[in-house]
This record gives sequence, structure tokens and C-alpha cells, in this order.
Amino acid sequence: MITSILRPPPIIARMAFFAVLLGAWEWASRMGMVSRFIAPPPSEVVPAIGLLYHDNELVTRFLRTFGQVFAASGIGAALGMIIGWWLHHNKNAGRAFTDWFAAIAAAPLVLLFPLFLVLFGRNASTIIAMGAVAVLPPIILKTKEGLDHVPPVLINVGRTFNLTRWQHIRLIMMPASLPTIFTGLRLGLVFALINVVGVEYLIGFGGMGLMIAELGDRFEVAGMYAAILFVVLCSACFFWFTARLETWLLQTR
Amino acid sequence: MAVANEMISRVTLYRVSAALFLLALWEAAGASGLFFKGVLPSTWFIGKSLIRLSGDPVFWGHFSVTLFEILAGFGIGSLVGVIVGLALGMNRYSGQIFEPVIEYLAATPKVVFLPILLILFGIGVGSKISLAALSCFFPMTLSLAAGVRGMNPMFLRVGQTLNLSLMQRVRMIYLPALVPPISTGLRLGFGIATVGALLSEIKLSNKGLGHAAMQAYARFDIPTMMAILIVIFALAGLGNMLIGSIIRLPGPNTRRLTKDRT
Repeated sequence: MITSILRPPPIIARMAFFAVLLGAWEWASRMGMVSRFIAPPPSEVVPAIGLLYHDNELVTRFLRTFGQVFAASGIGAALGMIIGWWLHHNKNAGRAFTDWFAAIAAAPLVLLFPLFLVLFGRNASTIIAMGAVAVLPPIILKTKEGLDHVPPVLINVGRTFNLTRWQHIRLIMMPASLPTIFTGLRLGLVFALINVVGVEYLIGFGGMGLMIAELGDRFEVAGMYAAILFVVLCSACFFWFTARLETWLLQTR
Repeated sequence: MAVANEMISRVTLYRVSAALFLLALWEAAGASGLFFKGVLPSTWFIGKSLIRLSGDPVFWGHFSVTLFEILAGFGIGSLVGVIVGLALGMNRYSGQIFEPVIEYLAATPKVVFLPILLILFGIGVGSKISLAALSCFFPMTLSLAAGVRGMNPMFLRVGQTLNLSLMQRVRMIYLPALVPPISTGLRLGFGIATVGALLSEIKLSNKGLGHAAMQAYARFDIPTMMAILIVIFALAGLGNMLIGSIIRLPGPNTRRLTKDRT
């Protein structure tokens, strides 16, 4: 009994921790121990989300950011799956370039954005291109991995049924490799969101990243905190959503 | 043997031709007039800029500032990450409470915290170091906490039998057994710390490679900007390689203490 009071379920403990943290922050801010210009109390930050909705076109910016994320992911996924297929299909190319793509995946690609800025200018194409660049490596690597690991039994079954090339791809290779490809897509979506918001913030264009930049530049500290909080919540929800989608897809197979 | 040799030479052929193709594509795109003049400068000019920069003390000043920011942020973030990761991994209950939070925060763009860090630490190196540290804290913590849970329970029981103190257990059992997850955390962390330091330099700074690259961009001196980008990527790649080779050194202990190899 005592242990169950001392050790409530993790989710309750987590909420209690945040409640204490916010309470301490509120108290420190109200007592003047922390300047309101550095960390305004939560009681000012949370209502500021409402202000963002009225004054800063929160919904439009949200839609714009996610529109760019999905555009980037679509382009990156299509290109990545083609390249991944090629690396699987052409064994020499696979041996020659898989390491290259693994190295690219580990490289800090977002730092290429000045190059894209000069190529495309300060507009949505730079942001989408930067998002697509982030999606490409995980999709390429996971597509190749998925196709490489299709069980030979399935391939032989296809041979027995004398499937055409297209039937072979559609009925055997795609369904068998899809879970692995989706892991790549899930990573890619999260990377795309990170890059899109980051580049928006840096070049001052687009959706939610721009909102943070504007509020920060105007020193509207409570609004800035609210915008950052909103972006963090959005990314967390997005992460949760992609994880659920992945498990759901794996179950329905 | 001959077959293997032929395969290797085939692969080399693919790689060399791909590199030449990309080079030709770059030069052709730059000369084609499809893009604004000077947007894709010839590799010849980029090479000349690289050579000029290598003899330029101002550039090396920027370089050392950036290197300092990355290393300081990387050091702080990794150290805190190791401590928090160990704590979360060793205590199951605290892991259940905090790990999901850290996992979700890890999936957010860290650069959005920069405005807060700018208010807290100013536009100097402080805000750059803190963003680098914040960025690399997450992969290290998550990698280590998962690593602790994946450890062979036998080692922990041996520790209990020998009545080791907490510090002794950390030093003699946990750290040697956790070299692989620490290595993963350090590699991921170094890349992401580089991103953190450079993005904050690009956003707002008066020193560092990010600042120098944006200055070159503002002057439309694209060859110099490209040369600085090459230096940045070389720095990130070199750091990754160095961490990989250093971490492989520690010797036989690590191998024996890792669960998946025993």
C-alpha cells in the first residue's frame, strides 16, 4: 500500500513532476527571482497561445509548416525509393554507393541550407528542398535493406507462379519490404519536420519557425515561449502519430 | 580471388565514374545559365578559395571559435547525457517516468530553443555552446539508458556479490559494458552538436564559421561560402571518424562485458 502511494503509475508521477516544475517556475517568476523578460510565468505563457491564434495566424502557419513537411516527404520518399530500388537491383551500385548514403545520412545535412538558399532563393522551395534532403538518406537505406531481406521463399513462390516482373514487384517485393521502408519513412518525416521548422526559423520564411523568429525579434517573450511550446507539442504529437501509424500498419498486414 | 578482385575494381569504377559525373553535372549546371550567374561557381574557384582561406588568419580565428563551441557543447552535453542516461537506466521507475518525455523532446527541432538561449546567455559563444550541449544531450541519454537496460544482468549480480559501492559499480561494470552505446551516443551527439553550434552562429553571431559563411553569402562571394561549407562538413566527418577510432581502442574488457557478444 505504502509503495503504491510512493510509486504511483509513471504517467501520474510524470504529471506530478511537471505540475511541481511549473508551480516552482510560476512562484520564482512572481517572487521576482527570475526576470519576467527571461522566463515569464506559465500563467502568462499559456494564455499567449490564444493570442497567437488571434494575432499571428497560428492555424495558417501550422498548415503551411506541415504542408511543406508533407511535400518534402513526398518528394524525398519517391526519389529515395527509386534510388533504394536501384541499389538493391544493381548489386555493383549497391556495393559502391550504400556506404556513401550511410555517410550522407550521418552528415549534418541541414548545414547545406546556405547553398539551397542561393540556388532557390528565400522561399518555400528552399524549405521543401531542405526537408526532402533530410528524408532521402533514411528512405534510400531502408528501402534497400527491406528489399535485400525479402525472404527467398517468397521470391521462389513468385517464380513458381510465373509472375510477370510487375506482378513480382507489386505482389511480393513491395508488401514484403514495406514495414522496413515505413521505418525509413517515419524517420524521414521526423527529420523533415525538424529541418523545415529549423530552416523556417533561420531564413525567416514560412510557418511556425517564422512565427518564433518574429516574436523573438520583437522581444514578445511570453508569446515567444508560447510559440516554442506550441512547436514542441506539435512535434511531440507528430512523433507519436507516426509511431502509432507504424504499429497500426504492421498489425494490419 | 580473381572474382573478388574484379568485383572490387567494378565497385571502384562505379564510384570513380559517379564522382566524375557529379563533378561534371555541377560544372555543366553552373555553365548552363539555368541558374543565376555565379550561384554554382566552378570547382576551380571553390578550390582557389579553399587555398586562400587556409592562409588567412581571420578564417582560422573563426575556425577556432567554432571548434571551441562545438567541443565545449559536446563535452557538457555528453557528460550530462551520460549521467542522466545512467540514472534513468539504472532506476527502472525513473526511466519509465522521464524517458518518454526525453524521447519526444528529442524529436523536436532544437534550434527553436535558440531565442530562449539567446536571452539567457547572450549572442556570444554562450548561446552557441548551450544549444550544442542541449542538442547532443538527447541522443546520449537515450542511447545510454537503453544500453543499461540491455546489459547482461550477470555482471550486475557479480557487482552485488562483491558488495561494490555505486561509484565502483559505475566505474568497473557500467562504463566498460556501455562502451558501444556511449560510442553511438558520442557519434550522433557530435554531429548534432555541430549542427547546433553552426545553426546558432548562422542565426545570430559575430564570430565563427557559420558567421563567416553568412558574411560570404551577403557579399555574394559564393566560392568562399562553398569553401567554408566544405570545411564545416570535413570537420563533422573528421570528428565522427576520430570518435569511432578512439572508442574502439579500450580493449578486451568492453567486448566481454557487452551482452550481445557474450
